[in-house]
This record gives sequence, C-alpha cells and structure tokens, in this order.
Amino acid sequence: MTPRPATRVRLTGISKSFLGVPVLHGVDLEVRGGEVHAVMGENGAGKSTLLKVLAGVHRPDSGTIEVDGAEVSFAGPTDAQRAGIAIIHQEFTLLPHRTVAENVYLGREPVRRMQVDRRRMVADTRELLDWLGEEGIDPTDPVSSLSVAQQQVVEIVKALSTNARVLGMDEPTAALADHEVELLYDLVRRLRDRGIAIVYISHRMREVFDLSNRITVLKDGRFVICAPTSELTSEDLVRHMVGRDLGEYYPDRAKPGDLGPVRLALRGAGNDRVRDLNLQVRAGEIVGLAGLQGSGRSAVARAVFGVEPLTRGVLEIDGVPRRVKRPRTAVRLGIALVTEDRKAAGLALRQSVRDNTLLVRRAALRGARSRARSDLPALLKLVAVVATGEHQEVRYLSGGNQQKVVLAKWLAVEPKVLVVDEPTRGIDVGAKRAVHELLRDLARRGVAVLMISSELPELIGMSDRILVMHDGTLAGELPAGASEGAVMALATGHGVGAAA
Amino acid sequence: MSTLQENLVPARSRATRPAARRRRLTPVVIVYLALVALLVVGSVLVGLRGEVLLDQAGIFNILTRATALGLVAVGQTMVILTGSLDLSVAYLIGLTSLVAAQTMAGRDGMVLPAVLLALAVAAGVGLANGLIITVLKANAFIATLGMALILRGYLENNYTGPAGDVPRGFQHLGYDRIGPVPAAALVMLAVAALAWWYLSRTRAGYHMYAVGGDIEVARLSGVPTRRVIVTAHVLCSIAAGLTGIYLASRLGSGAPYVGTDAGYDLESIAAVVLGGTLLAGGRGGVVGTIGGVLILATLDTVFDDLEVDPFFKDVVRGVVLVTAVALYARRMMTARRTRGRLA
Repeated sequence: MTPRPATRVRLTGISKSFLGVPVLHGVDLEVRGGEVHAVMGENGAGKSTLLKVLAGVHRPDSGTIEVDGAEVSFAGPTDAQRAGIAIIHQEFTLLPHRTVAENVYLGREPVRRMQVDRRRMVADTRELLDWLGEEGIDPTDPVSSLSVAQQQVVEIVKALSTNARVLGMDEPTAALADHEVELLYDLVRRLRDRGIAIVYISHRMREVFDLSNRITVLKDGRFVICAPTSELTSEDLVRHMVGRDLGEYYPDRAKPGDLGPVRLALRGAGNDRVRDLNLQVRAGEIVGLAGLQGSGRSAVARAVFGVEPLTRGVLEIDGVPRRVKRPRTAVRLGIALVTEDRKAAGLALRQSVRDNTLLVRRAALRGARSRARSDLPALLKLVAVVATGEHQEVRYLSGGNQQKVVLAKWLAVEPKVLVVDEPTRGIDVGAKRAVHELLRDLARRGVAVLMISSELPELIGMSDRILVMHDGTLAGELPAGASEGAVMALATGHGVGAAA
Repeated sequence: MSTLQENLVPARSRATRPAARRRRLTPVVIVYLALVALLVVGSVLVGLRGEVLLDQAGIFNILTRATALGLVAVGQTMVILTGSLDLSVAYLIGLTSLVAAQTMAGRDGMVLPAVLLALAVAAGVGLANGLIITVLKANAFIATLGMALILRGYLENNYTGPAGDVPRGFQHLGYDRIGPVPAAALVMLAVAALAWWYLSRTRAGYHMYAVGGDIEVARLSGVPTRRVIVTAHVLCSIAAGLTGIYLASRLGSGAPYVGTDAGYDLESIAAVVLGGTLLAGGRGGVVGTIGGVLILATLDTVFDDLEVDPFFKDVVRGVVLVTAVALYARRMMTARRTRGRLA
C-alpha cells in the first residue's frame, strides 16, 4: 500500500467509542487532492464523528491518520489545522458582532508594532474572497449583516486562510435556501479545481451525485464501500446505506377494527419551518413520521404542541378546529409531547419521580383533577419504572427508566394525542421493548400516536402507516411494513421512482 | 455565555438580505445623544432656579464625580466584554486605598513604592478572581461575590476607620485642576484611552471580544480562552486599584469602605451597561462606558443642584438604566429581524 501521489489524507481502521458506546469500528477513508469525496450514511452512521476525528476534535481509540503519506497524531484542532486540515462544522463558528476579516483571522490575527495589522487582515481576506470569486462580501462588514450563504463563504474563507488543503464540510447545505445551494455547488467545484481535497458529508442523494467524484458509505459505524460516483446508482447507494436485517420483535400492529375516529388532523398546516402539512391520526393508530435530520420531523411535533405554533392551515382535535399557540393550550386539549431531548426538555432531573410524574397535571390542569394523586402508584406500575421509590431523584435513574417517567408524566393527564419524538434514543434494548409495548398499549386504549424516529427498523416495526418528511413537508405516505429503501428514497428526495 | 443566539431561522427570511445597509444608531451614539440631551434639560432646570449647571464649578463637579467611577467602570468594561463580571471591585478599592495610604505613611519618598504595592495587591486579587473562574470553573458572579466577602472580612477584622496618611505632595493628584478640569479626570481619560486602544487595536483585545461573543467559537479558533479571562480580571482589578489610590489622595488617608459606600460594584456595572456593552459580553466598549459614567455623574450633579430628595434620585437612576437597556435590546431585536440569522 504505497500512497498514491495524489493522496492527501488516509484514515485507516479508525475506531471510536463514547462512554463505552462504539460509534466507529475500523473505518477507512482516503481523500485525494482535487476531488470531492462524499461520505454518506443514515443518521448515526458515524459520518460526523469521522469528520471530527479528521479535524482533531476527537482522538480515535485506534487506527492511523496519514497526511501526505506521513503518519500524524492530532492532540487538538490546532494540530489538524497545522497539518492543513480545516473543517466547516454543521453549526457556524462565527461571531456575529465582529467583521468578516476579524472572524477569518480570529485567533491568528497578524500583528505589527504591537497592534493588530488590520490593513493586512482586510487585504488578505479580500484576496481570498476574490480568489473564490466572492467579491460581493466586504471584509469590513459585520458578519450579522450577511446572508446565511455569505456567512458560509466566510466560514470557508476562514478555513482556507489557514492554508488548508483538505476541507471537510458537514451537511453544508442544511441551512441554505434552494437558490443558495447552487451557489455553494459552484463554490465547491471551484475549490476542487484549485486542488483542494474536499470531504463532503451529506445525506442528500442529488447533491452527492451532482458534486462528488467518489463516495464512501458508512453504516452503523462501519465502512461499507468506497467507489467512484460514476459506478454507483442511487439504488445501490440506498441499499448500501440501509441494508440490514429486520430481526427485531415489535408488538402486533392495529387491526382495521381497532381504528377509531380521527383524533388529530392537519390541513394545509405550516409555519416558518414546515409547510403544506396534511395528515390524520386515528384513535388506536400509531403513525410513523420519518425523515432525515433537518427535514422538519421534530418541527411538526413542536408545531402540534404549540412550541413553534402553526401560522397557516388548520389543526383539528376530534374534528374541532383548534388554535394551539402554546404548550399549555395543547395540554388542555389532550395533546402530549415526549421530546427528543429527554434530559433538557423532558424532565426536571433533580426532582423526584413523583414530582416529575405529576408535573404536567399540577401545571396545566385546574382544580381537583390537578390534586388527584391516588393513582400515582398505578401510573408508575403501568409504565414499569424501576426506582427505589417515588421520592428518588430522576437523575439517578437509567435512561430507560427516565423515559418511562416522561411517559408516566403524560399518562397522568390522559392524553388523546401522543406525539413521541425519538422515544427510545439512548436507552437499552429491554427498555426499548417496554416503551414499544407501552405505546402500542396506549394506542389500543384509543390514543392517537404520532411517532418520530430516526431508527428506521423501529419506525417501520411500530407504525401502522409511515409518513415521510423531506425539506419541511410531507414527501409521501407508505403502508405498514414498507421497506427501508422506500422510506430512504422519499426522505432523500429521490422521489417515487425508487419506492419498493 | 451566549445563550441568546437564535438557533434556526426559517429558510425564507434567510434568503433575503437587505439591499442597502442602514446606518443605524449604535448604543454609543445613543448614549452620547442622551448625555447632550441631559445636559440641555439639566441646564434648563438648574437655570430655572437662577443658577448655572455648566459653569466652572459645575463642570468640575461632574468630572470629579466621573473620575473614580470612570476608572472602575473602564476595568469593569473589560471583564463584562469578556463575558465575565466583577463584584469585588468595591472592597478592593477600600483595600488598595489603605495599602497605598499606610505604605506612604506621610512620607513623600514612599509614594511610588506605595502606588506600585497597591497595584500589585490589586493585580493579585484579579489574578485570584480569574483563576477561580477559569481553573475552578466557578461562575463569575459567585466567584467575585465570594472574593468581595473575603475582602470585607479582612477589612472589618483589621480596620475600624480611616488609616494611613497621604503626604501633601500626593494630594495634588486629587485636587489639582486645569481650568475646570480636575487633573485626575485627565488621568482617568488617559486610562480609558489606553483601554480603548487595547480593546480595539491589540490581539488580546480582539480575543476579549471573541471570548465574550462565544467562548466555544473562540476556543475552536485557537484563542487561549483562559488566559484572556484571567487577563481581563487582572486589568479590571488594577483599574479598581487605581481608583483606590486616587480616592486615598483625595481623602488624605485610606478608608475601608470608601468603595462600598459609593456602591462602585453595582454602579460600575450600571455604567458599563448604560454605555451599551452587552452584559453577556462580546459587544460594546470603553467609549460607551465613559458616556454612561458621564450621564450618571451629570444626573447626580443636577439632582444636587436641584436639591432633590436622594430617594427620588435613585428612582430616576433606576428608570434611566432600565430604559437604556430595554432600548438597546429592542434595537438588537429589530436588527436581528432584518438581518436574518445571526450566528
């Protein structure tokens, strides 16, 4: 294995675990100068972690990194920078109140006679902007006055100003509007033509086929394939990305006779994040809501629950149009939301199991109903929380038991519509199964369940119907037991053509 | 400390960019306009009583009041810009006034050593503050409040009243004037100018803005965040030390509560915020702070001339402060809305 002359960076056998959870297992990646190398995979496949290893943010547990044929070891981002590697993270790393030039040279300001050499800083920034063909951005403008696309250009200039020859981009189009995406493509191609090696992370099919020279696919933290883009079809890619067996057990789905009236309906609903939503969830039904990160899945949940209220269209509960402007209204109407982030938004970690369970009931319901607590033991038994007692602080519980407390909290107000966002994230297999059975049990009792999950097997295994989101709206509906390929095809905007 | 950043703004508003950049009123402009307005209104009100606000004595009064507060507030600006704050300055002022006056003990030859010792003590306290915040990771509010309590305990245990003796020669600092301008006010302005240069021209100053703006962004960009925070605290405490030395020269001795009686801890934070610096850090500067200090000093002078009830005085100061901050917050919000995503 002598490195080819054009190989800029070679990662070999990279493994990385966080808190004992393996995220990468022996992943390889080789990137050459003047190529756009796409890294693809489902949510959680390990793409971003791999990029952070390359950037020196995470140290790999094992494996080697070679730059221009020489093995290196990065103690931190600065080392990677020195080796000519720069990363543009998903979140922007700019200071809005400072100027473009100040941001570009942040931490590396040129100094002349004890003062920051502002003239040179501005001139060098302008030169880089010109080199990229972005004369429209003035280095002395504050970043807050730029559009998001322009801010991204500044990020890229910031990366290039370190003399980077390897540029990692993590979902660079996630924050851009459609017409800005074209500008970014153009910019990426110009960088490529100037000999920069680009690692391009994305799960948008079209982008990857438009831009990349080669594609590496990861699945569940493992290397699957690396091939020239021209030798792959989108069907191949989807297969490589999802090809796993559905060996897990899920509770029985609803039978036609189990379904009751429509409890939750959206008609032409939308707000700043999502648009043109039309959906119905019946009593007794679990409807899965699939989509990639940023597709607006969680935004639907937040809209229904009044966190980011709908501004257009109609929301109906049991056939009655309702305006849900805040969570309190949602709770009174019988809507419950199990949030994606259990610790930050689901639980008061330092309070007891009992206080957490009664939180919603005390907060949102009036009078005697809020004081009723005789059924607390029954509730906790229903969700099967394992705790030393109802006075134990929830922060001492396992993730699975915490999630059960969150569910108990909502069951305490007997919701009609239950929206669950990533209900089994970060919990073990046993608890996962318990949560699945509980959700199905609730559906059988007449609750309408809308379930969001980025774990496709779970979503497919649980759902009576699957709705797929793409770019802030519904891209399609699939029946129970649809294939992962069909879901992914819709979720990546690949259209109906690849549907199974 | 930048919890106020917006996460995601809708795609549509992102795409639009205001074609022309509006020249807007920055907080610094607002604060000086407010100062001018206050001077005009104050002159009229004082004039109605048949007196003159801005005669020699009046100007001297305002500038004298502004001197001590200005020195503390310049230091406070640095820590607040860095995203920290310092509640221990008031007791530190008392301590350094005592250190200076006792070391001088009436001897002219001891002036320089005394000044240096007082500043060294101040720098030590600042270093301790900075290290407690960065290394022990204590919240700045609590860390400096704790330091304030420690200093208070020391002062209460060792002093019952004024101590030390400042030689006549050094009292010139407190009382000399050039026309209506106190010499010490010029010193204060010189310190402010130095701080302005440091913040807006040197690398270390750039890094203070960066750390206050977003400490994580700063860290990822290779800014030595701990060193920046510690430096800001040392400089802030040195500024408080200068205030203590100046007050010693005015009083002729050191006094344990000279800083707390005037409430320089909260007063200096008020002046900084009034001057348009974000309490969360990352934006603002010394120029605005001096404007804030002058507004507070002018208000006091006007109220004294009008013989206003001191309680009512506090009410007005409170209203001015809250109004100013609300006004800046509003401007930020509209700016944000027209400009789309900020961070």
